[in-house]
Amino acid sequence: MKKLSSNFLNMVVVLSGITIFAAVTLTYVYSLTKEQINNSQAIKQQEAIRTVLPPFDHFDLKPIVMNDGVEIMKVYKAYDKMNNIVGAAVETSSNNGYKGHIDIMVGFDKRGIIYNYTVLEQKETLGLGSKMIDWFKTRNGNQNILGKDPATANLSVTKTGGEVDAITAATISSKAFLFAIRNAYFAFTSNIESSIQNTEINNNSQQEENDSVNNNVEMKGQN
Amino acid sequence: MKDSNFKIFANGLIKENPIFVLTLGMCPTLATTTSAINGMCMGLATLFVLFGSNIVVSMLKKIIPDKVRIPAYVVVIATFVSVVEMLIHAYFPALYESLGIFIPLIVVNCIVLGRAEAFAAKNSIFKSALDGFGMGLGFTFALTLLGVARELLGTGKAFGFVVFPDQYGALIFVLAPGAFIVLGYLIVVMNKFIKFKI
Repeated sequence: MKKLSSNFLNMVVVLSGITIFAAVTLTYVYSLTKEQINNSQAIKQQEAIRTVLPPFDHFDLKPIVMNDGVEIMKVYKAYDKMNNIVGAAVETSSNNGYKGHIDIMVGFDKRGIIYNYTVLEQKETLGLGSKMIDWFKTRNGNQNILGKDPATANLSVTKTGGEVDAITAATISSKAFLFAIRNAYFAFTSNIESSIQNTEINNNSQQEENDSVNNNVEMKGQN
Repeated sequence: MKDSNFKIFANGLIKENPIFVLTLGMCPTLATTTSAINGMCMGLATLFVLFGSNIVVSMLKKIIPDKVRIPAYVVVIATFVSVVEMLIHAYFPALYESLGIFIPLIVVNCIVLGRAEAFAAKNSIFKSALDGFGMGLGFTFALTLLGVARELLGTGKAFGFVVFPDQYGALIFVLAPGAFIVLGYLIVVMNKFIKFKI
């Protein structure tokens, strides 16, 4: 068979044919992977929530969304078996990272103390800013932020008068990270504190027992 | 065109290695090889695209009119890249995040279009498949080597395993300049090695 000549009709027909075929293929693969993509994102988010919070029984799948005009924060309240709040995970972000967007999930217990955090997304320089993944969890000098109460502790880098050691050679990343954490605390206090105070008065006595039980309880409302 | 099948396959691996000899596709090479595993996965994704697009282009070579061949090849390649991107996103989310924008950019990787134009458009389907596979493997091999070297020199790890402590690593090798330095030296070493062999 000889190669088709490059006349107008041939070119239009062949190119259209190829693009249509490509479109069909892509549609098929898209529908095939769509669910999996959504699933893996949801699973990742739930895992993040589970790692950053103190032991809990279930959490609000639908977060309270706060938008201060710059950053969007999502607050997931978590409860124990008696429906008392044990804390909340806050998805927070900053656009001031060294390489743009940083997305963090940070957990507060019911007193507002930072329980744990995990970095959902960052593009910081490998070996410098990317250390934020565990830098602020490591007990070394003043770099650890876990167990601190943002209400009393000044969570900003020492260079600007705060009390947290910035990542070596990555002050910009550290500032962005701590900014996101402070924002998260703001979202936490403005949404959670009032509801905790109410429940605490009623259920103070049961609290201790519940906490220890919750360790092994499966989370409700999942899947 | 009378080369034996094995020769076609080995061509891409060593004699015409896309990175060390042809120096094609430098952008993803330099950008994604910050760690061994990233380099290898980028290589494998490209391997899949090269293999697939070479076969399809070879299949269609008779019905694609000459004057629209480049757009036609680009559509074929872009389709394969999008498929790879969606599959990685669905089944390897962590990998998808670390490679990020460089997966869609395989479309503009000149090796892929280069092999479609230079080889697949002139050879049989089987030979084109072999060529795509060989070239892809050569690319993967080069990227893995570069990734291992940079990760080791920069952070003291290889594929995530600690070889020597972090603080003895020279961070520059993980950053952009290190990519150029390591690539330069690797090309020197490879050239020496190839000369001895042939």
